[in-house]
Amino acid sequence: MLWNSVLLAVRAIRRNVLRSFLTILGVVIGVASVIVMVTLGDGATQSVKDQMQSLGANLLMVRPGMRMGPGRDAALSPNFKMADIEALAEQIGSVKAVVPTASAMVTVVYQAKNWQTTVTGSSAAYFQTNNWRLASGRFFTEAEERAGSAVCVIGSTVRRELYGAESPVGTTIRVKSFACDVAGLLESKGQGGFGMDADDMIVIPLRTLQRRVRGNDDVTGLQVAVKEDASIDAVIEQIKVLMRERRKITEGEDDNFTVFDTRQIADTMSSMVRTITMLLGSVAAISLLVGGIGIMNIMLVSVTERTREIGIRLAIGAVETEVLSQFLIEAVALSSFGGLIGIFSANAIALGVTRLIDVPFMFNPGMNLVSFFFSALIGVVFGYFPARRAAQLDPIEALRYE
Amino acid sequence: MSADSSEIPLVELRGVTKVYGQGQAAFQALRGVDITIRQGEFVAIMGPSGSGKSTAMNILGCLDVPTEGAYVFRGAHVEQLTRRQRALVRRHYLGFVFQGFNLLARTSAIENVELPLLYRGEPHGVRRRAALAALASVGLAGWEGHTPAELSGGQQQRVAIARALVSEPVLLLADEPTGNLDTQRGREVMELLASLNSEKGLTVVMVTHESDMARHAKRVVHFLDGLVERDHRNGGPH
Ligand SMILES: Nc1ncnc2c1ncn2[C@@H]1O[C@H](COP(=O)(O)OP(=O)(O)OP(=O)(O)O)[C@@H](O)[C@H]1O
Ligand SMILES: [Mg+2]
Repeated sequence: MLWNSVLLAVRAIRRNVLRSFLTILGVVIGVASVIVMVTLGDGATQSVKDQMQSLGANLLMVRPGMRMGPGRDAALSPNFKMADIEALAEQIGSVKAVVPTASAMVTVVYQAKNWQTTVTGSSAAYFQTNNWRLASGRFFTEAEERAGSAVCVIGSTVRRELYGAESPVGTTIRVKSFACDVAGLLESKGQGGFGMDADDMIVIPLRTLQRRVRGNDDVTGLQVAVKEDASIDAVIEQIKVLMRERRKITEGEDDNFTVFDTRQIADTMSSMVRTITMLLGSVAAISLLVGGIGIMNIMLVSVTERTREIGIRLAIGAVETEVLSQFLIEAVALSSFGGLIGIFSANAIALGVTRLIDVPFMFNPGMNLVSFFFSALIGVVFGYFPARRAAQLDPIEALRYE
Repeated sequence: MSADSSEIPLVELRGVTKVYGQGQAAFQALRGVDITIRQGEFVAIMGPSGSGKSTAMNILGCLDVPTEGAYVFRGAHVEQLTRRQRALVRRHYLGFVFQGFNLLARTSAIENVELPLLYRGEPHGVRRRAALAALASVGLAGWEGHTPAELSGGQQQRVAIARALVSEPVLLLADEPTGNLDTQRGREVMELLASLNSEKGLTVVMVTHESDMARHAKRVVHFLDGLVERDHRNGGPH
């Protein structure tokens, strides 16, 4: 019996392909936008997590100023001193290493090519705490660091821009105004997402940067690697106490530096992305609802348009429930077919867009399944009213309908 | 008349009235109609426009119920049946042929003819065979795949007759089956109905305006103003 209704519904759909397609368009778009939004959101969240992961776990960042971002008053929150590094390393037990950093924007030149990039000055431990691996050559050594040698390790973007396919190791590039030996090439970390290119930089010893680029002794950031078993919160507290003392901040005065926990940043950012995803997802869900109303509208029109057909069916001996189930199945078949098309095109679109903006493509089978059942449900809900209307038609009047 | 009394009454209208609308606008389309039709009869219903022919046909076809009076179909009181039960009577015992053919558009002849069997729940193979046989019996073998738009009026009406026959009804009801056809096609359809009656013993009730067509019937019932004015055996060709 049900199978017959399915057969009748399929025949009715086939009889008018264009109308059937227009009927489901709303559902196609609705389902597709929900899936695209959520898939992209998931990808962005993953991208944030990956990026933070690449910074290394158990890493704290200490920066001058009270918050991240520009607008720091240099007089009120001075940069760190070289002595701060030793103090942190020696006076706090759970600290594995303290890596100082400072950076500047420079133009680097190799033969006829030049490239604007960020140069970071740091210690040899920088590569390890930041999870950098070598593609070729070597990192600079502690001896070179102490001596302030003109030696650098370059990121893969800089290599691409200056060398093309040529091997950079052993060559000399000009950094700002001095010649610098290229000791190593870093393995690519890939696009960081949000337009940040982690590979667009070179690293030189801190002392070299201070003397030859910035012309001062400033350390603009400290990376503190914490031992695996230590409590991060306790270490943050200890750093704060020590730095307040060293920076001569009196009691009651606010900190003029900030300690960030990279994991915390990752959590904040991914929860932010999740919120945006949910917001966009809800907007898309509304469009799905509108798609459902579209189905109802066209099913109602179709009931009117097919009044005579319904009359014929009733005259031939169809009972009310058969007409009802035929129209209901028609609506469900249409909407779930629309859902299927939506799911396929959404995943194709999401795949393309994730490639384009360079975030991972996160296929979410649960959500795809839920979307499918939801689109079928839309058919039931919005198909019921028109179907009942069709089933309750008076056969004589329906037959006489022009 | 005496010859008919041995035959079983198939349907019986007893004092049937039909009122459309209510109060001021009420209109009495049938005003006490008595007709008895026996198995194997070929009845033509005639009468001026608005005399209640179609109204009576709709009641005979269980598409409508009388306002008053009784309609007995094979011993069952149709006026007491539910909407669903009447649909089942139509499904199992009745075949309809309409003036406007009423085939499903954009649907092949064979799918149209199969439809009543689909509602009866017959399996695919049975449906196919019966539909092909029904199409062949109306002279449309080879036209199975054509949609109504690809068929002439006469052919469409024959598809409609095949659809009415496919479920092997006990009563075939035809409301002006030749009304939309030219004289030649009309005569062919009439001859088809007459042969179904004479050769297969199918009971046929048909409304027509043309006495030319009514000559094929064995009995003619004249309607006037919602009443049976005259009910007589036909000399005709029989
Ligand atoms: N649904 C309805 N509501 C109100 N009045 C109706 C309805 N159906 C029929 N009538 C009226 O009942 C009367 C009989 O109608 P019916 O259709 O039975 O006539 P008929 O004999 O078949 O006429 P025709 O030869 O023109 O087909 C007509 O006056 C018609 O206007
Ligand atoms: Mg009529």
